[in-house]
This record gives sequence, C-alpha cells and structure tokens, in this order.
Amino acid sequence: MALRHFGAAAAATIALAICASPARAVTEIQWWHAMTGGNNDVVVKLANDFNASQSDYKIVPTFKGSYADTLNAGIAAFRAGNAPGIMQVFEVGTATMMAAKGAIKPVFELMKEQGEKFDPNSYLPAITGYYSTSKGEMLSFPFNSSSMVLWVNLDALKEAGIAEPPKTWPEVFADAKKLHATHPTCGFSSSWITWGLIKQFSAWHNVPIGTKANGLDGFDTVLKFNTPLEEKLISELAELQKDKSYDYSGRTNTGEGRFTSGECPLYMTSSAFYPSVKANAKFAYTAVPMPYFPDVKDAPQNSIIGGASLWVMAGKSADEYKGIAKFFTFLSDTDRQVYLHEVSGYLPITKAAYEKTKESGFYDKNPILEVPLKELTNKPPTENSRGLRFGGMVQMRDVWSEEIEAALAGKKSAKQAMDDAVSRGNAMLRQFERTAAK
Amino acid sequence: MEDRAIFSNKLLAYLLVLPQLAVSLVFFYWPAVQAVWQSFLLQDAFGLSTEFVWFENYVALLKTPEYYHAIGVTFVFSGLVVFFSLAIGLLLAVMANHNIRGVQIYRTFLIIPYAVAPAVASVLFIFMFQPGLGMIARALQRYGIDWNPVLNGTHAMILVVIVAVWNQISYNFLFFLAGLQSIPKSVIEAAAIDGARPVRRFWTIVFPLLSPTTFFLIVINITYVFFNTLGIIDTATGGGPNGATQTLVYKVFQDGKVGADLGGSAAQSVILMIIVVILTAFQFRYVEKKVHY
Repeated sequence: MALRHFGAAAAATIALAICASPARAVTEIQWWHAMTGGNNDVVVKLANDFNASQSDYKIVPTFKGSYADTLNAGIAAFRAGNAPGIMQVFEVGTATMMAAKGAIKPVFELMKEQGEKFDPNSYLPAITGYYSTSKGEMLSFPFNSSSMVLWVNLDALKEAGIAEPPKTWPEVFADAKKLHATHPTCGFSSSWITWGLIKQFSAWHNVPIGTKANGLDGFDTVLKFNTPLEEKLISELAELQKDKSYDYSGRTNTGEGRFTSGECPLYMTSSAFYPSVKANAKFAYTAVPMPYFPDVKDAPQNSIIGGASLWVMAGKSADEYKGIAKFFTFLSDTDRQVYLHEVSGYLPITKAAYEKTKESGFYDKNPILEVPLKELTNKPPTENSRGLRFGGMVQMRDVWSEEIEAALAGKKSAKQAMDDAVSRGNAMLRQFERTAAK
Repeated sequence: MEDRAIFSNKLLAYLLVLPQLAVSLVFFYWPAVQAVWQSFLLQDAFGLSTEFVWFENYVALLKTPEYYHAIGVTFVFSGLVVFFSLAIGLLLAVMANHNIRGVQIYRTFLIIPYAVAPAVASVLFIFMFQPGLGMIARALQRYGIDWNPVLNGTHAMILVVIVAVWNQISYNFLFFLAGLQSIPKSVIEAAAIDGARPVRRFWTIVFPLLSPTTFFLIVINITYVFFNTLGIIDTATGGGPNGATQTLVYKVFQDGKVGADLGGSAAQSVILMIIVVILTAFQFRYVEKKVHY
C-alpha cells in the first residue's frame, strides 16, 4: 500500500516538475567548504542571498569536514571525474592547487573570459599576494583570512605587576617568567605552532623561509629558515618550557581554551579566535601585534595571512563558469565584505571594505579586529613577507612540528631540530617538484 | 589422514565457496594488487602526471630514519595493546563466569565499549587526559606527576595504549567468556575433588583448554592493533609528539592522505602487508603447535 502511494506521489512529482520547469534551466554550482558553526551559517546565507539575487544560477554549498578533509575530498572527486565547481582550500594547500595546472581554472583568467569587472588592485595586496603568481595574477579568490596576534589577559598582567602588554620577544620571555609565579602551569603559550613560530616569525622579521621568494617564484625553492635568529627563538622557548613559563599546546588550535579559561595569560594564535574570546573570557583582555626581536633591522615587517581561498576547478561548462564569475563579483561587493568582516571576525579582502569599516567607527568599538589588519599592512610586503608557496605543505608542517616538539622536549638542540626540519622539508620539496614540473 | 567433508557433487562445493571468494577478490585481492601497482608509480596529488619508477619508492622509504622509528613504535604499541587487552579481557571473563548476582548486567556493560567507534573512544579519553582540563590529568598533576602527552612521547604512548586496550577488551572478553562456558564442568569438578585450589585449577585445566580461543584472539588482536587503531591515534595524538606514536599504518595514512604521496604510501602498505603475513604465518607455524584442540 505504502509503495503504491509512493509510486503515485513520485509520478505526480515528475509530472509537476516537467510542467513547471521554466524555459531557462537553472545552472547548479557545487561549492565545497570547511566552515563550521557560525561561519557555516555565513556560507549558507551567502549562497541563499546570491541565489535570491538572480534566477540563472544556483550555488549549492556542501560542508566537507575539516580543511584537510575538504581538500582530500576535492582531490578524490577530481580523480573520479566529478569535482565541484568551487572548492574552499586552506592557505596551506595553495601550492598543491597551484601545481595542478590541469585541475584548476585561475580566477584572473575566469574573470577575463567571462567579462566580469575585476580589478586586482582593489584587493588588499597582503591578502591577494598570497594567492597570486609572482606577476600578480590572482589564482584563487580569498574567502576567509586572518592573521596571528598575541592575546593578553590584562587582569593576570596586573596581578603580576606588569604595566603593559609585551611588544618584543625579550619582553614576552621576561613577562612569561614573571607570570610563572601566579600561573605555574603556563605563563605563555601558542597555537598553530609552525604558522606562528616559523612562517609568521620569518615574515615579521623580513627574513626568508626559503629561496625563490619563499617559493612564489618557482617550485625549485630550497628552505633556509635554520638561521641563528630562528634557533634563538626555539632555544629560548625550550628553556622556558622546562619550568612551564612557556608551555606547548599542540600543533593546531586545540589548546586555545587555555587562554579563555585563564590558565595561560599570554597566548599567541589566530585573530579569528576573537569570537570565542568574546564569548568565554571572564577577564579583561586585549590582542596586540606579534612580538619581534628589536635587534633585527627590519622588524616588524608585515604579517602574512592564514585562512582559506576559493579555487575554481577545471573542466566545467561555460554556464557554470559564468555563474561562478558572477558569484565572485557578488562576494567582492563592498557592503557585503563589510558585513562579512563584522559578523565573522575574518578580514575584509578589498581596500574599499577596510576603509568603509574604518570610517564607520567600528574599530573604535572593536579595536581588536583592526590589529591583524594593521599587522598585514604595517609595511609594503617584501619578497620575504608576501607569502609562501611550498609544495606538500600540508604534511610538511607536521614534519616541522615534530622537530619543534623534539627541541621543546629537550631531545634535540634548537639548531639540530631546525637543521633537520629544513633537510626533511627539502626532501619533500624535491619530490613535489618532480611530480609537479610536468 | 585428513578429515574431509564428502560432497558427491563437486559443483555444489564450488558454488558454496563462490560468494566468499567473490568478496575476497573484490575487497582484498583487487585493492592489494592495485596497491602493489601504485607502489611502483610516482604521481602528483591530482593524478595529472604519472611516472613508472620501479623500486624507487621502496628505496627512498628504506633510507628514511623515521620509517625505522615507526617500525619500532609499532612493535612496542602492538605488544602492549595485545598483552593488556588479552590479560584484562581474560580476567574480566573469569570473574563474569561466576554465579554472582546481576551477572547478566555486568556482562552487558562489559560488551558496550566495543560498540564505541575508535575515534570516539579517543575523544572520550582526551576529555579525561587533556592536561589542564581533563579530570584524570588534573588528579595526576596533583600527585606531582607532570602528565603531558602533547610533549612527552612516553605519556602519549600510554594514552593511545589505554584507549586501544579499552576499545578491544570487550571483544576479547566476549570470546573468553564463550570459551570458558564451553569447558565441561565435570573436568573442573574432578580437579577440585583431587584437591586442586582455584588458582591451580585455572592454570592447569582452564587455561590450556582455553588455548584455541587465546590463539584465535592473538591473531585477531595483532591484526586489530596493526590496522584498526588508526582512528585512535589520529584523534588522540596525531602521531606525535615528534613521531612517538606514529605507527606503520598511521604513517601510511599520513604520507598518502595528508602528504598526497600515493606511491610512497602504497610502498609502505605493501611492506606492512608482508610484515603481517609473516607474523600470522609464524603464529600458525609455531604458536599453534602449543594449542590443544
């Protein structure tokens, strides 16, 4: 009985669909992303708003798990011949995507072909530089960007008799030791260990991570961050780790709760941590720019971004490309960027959106959200601070983390650990170069 | 002389094994052959360029010190997990085999952990063992133990062993309990009349009679610990710190899925397959001789 009803219902639905189908078919565009919680709602809202704004294209967002899961799902789908139209890929996967020439459609090319208004200069160079060729051609569309800042528990500082938040690494080390008296399990800690201690650290001090402008100018890049400066940072932290003045919190951001719970009064992590701090911290807090070594000539230079961008996959129909180009124009709209910035805590990608937010007085009420933007635009980016592009970065950051862990645990000297991180990383780069060069 | 079931019609016999053969072919032999083929290739992540490189992936693998480290980690990890999950499973089965009040309830609860997915089990234990937040971690710190699995490799190993053992005990418990219940009461009673105390009865009568079960469980547990603990390690430690919990199967996953190096990863899984085949063959050749059926 149920089956018969179902059959009848199905027949009716099909009949209706045939009668009701409009003269113009709607082109569906799959958008795979990795956004959870409030940011997932933002993605859905963006798709809905775009779909409501016109009737030719329909963006269908699908959550695919973590950043790494989404990238893997996209790679597997491409190998099976059904990749999505748009894929959100974290900044770490940029080189992997870039090297896959037959798998992607560069954004600058797409916008030109589809005749959409597109001025690369209207975007913040500190953000688009990360996703552009050395000639300034934008390959992917920046979606959610953040930078790294130092989160400070002001109450704890006052309690320890520290007048103001630290600006330099020597001040951070000294403050961490003072805070140790009141916070014996953790004076200072950090998340996203390789992003903060190697990538941001190098850009902020205007020193190279690797040759060829950190890999932006070619896959034949060689790592060279095993410098006395990097070793000084790691060995200082290893020294502080002994009595937990600095305490390691893991490779990703799982340790961030140690700041909001009040356990670690100084905590270096992403600016995108802001919504959590706002919701959970029961003490006076602020965020300040990352510390630097004052004896380095150019420091502080400018910071680099983290986050993700949208990649367009190759082999789609002309209709789909038209829709994707229109969607990117829709996303670049100033008011929409302002809204996204204020609601998600991620950075605006256009200069106009930044200016508009500034003029509206938003940063007077939310100064913390401007800190990462000030870091990114602190100085015009140099070869060392425009970004980085190393093949196999998804796994390489685990290799670097392993070596940092060995140094912090006292199993290796800082020099040995950084030398090993560089040589293991170089082996991975050579393998990547070999498979990508063709 | 071998015992042989008699089938008058050979065709029927082949028909009966056919489904099992088909499943093995599709889900075991076909992927295994593909892995061997893939291990001779060098490919980019998207499969856009492919180069046949003979044994280069194997040579590169055998040159990396991390690979030998992973072999060592795997043997330590599997030894600990197999021993403790069997020992605790047997202990619980012996206890639950007594006629005590509410024995059915105990038995049911002892089986539940097996229904928990490995990754979820890891999350449960992370809640308890996370330094600074977890209950057990805080208790340990109160007693002066500087519990820190994020940086201390030994602590990380202890953590994944605990989760893997906890997850596997139920399975072992179930089989040991069934084994215990199939031992004839009369044998044990006879021993009791002869004056053997419970401990002596256990080691001289029960344990030898359980040997088929124990042997079966050793084989199954080794396979479990070599392959199925991937989710536990990924969730609890991610192979860290500094490779302290990176087992062979986790390295296969890391290099293949995270590093997108399918060739190198396939070479590792071929070697892993050979190791497990040798181990199992060894068990059937030598250990099985000590089994009384």
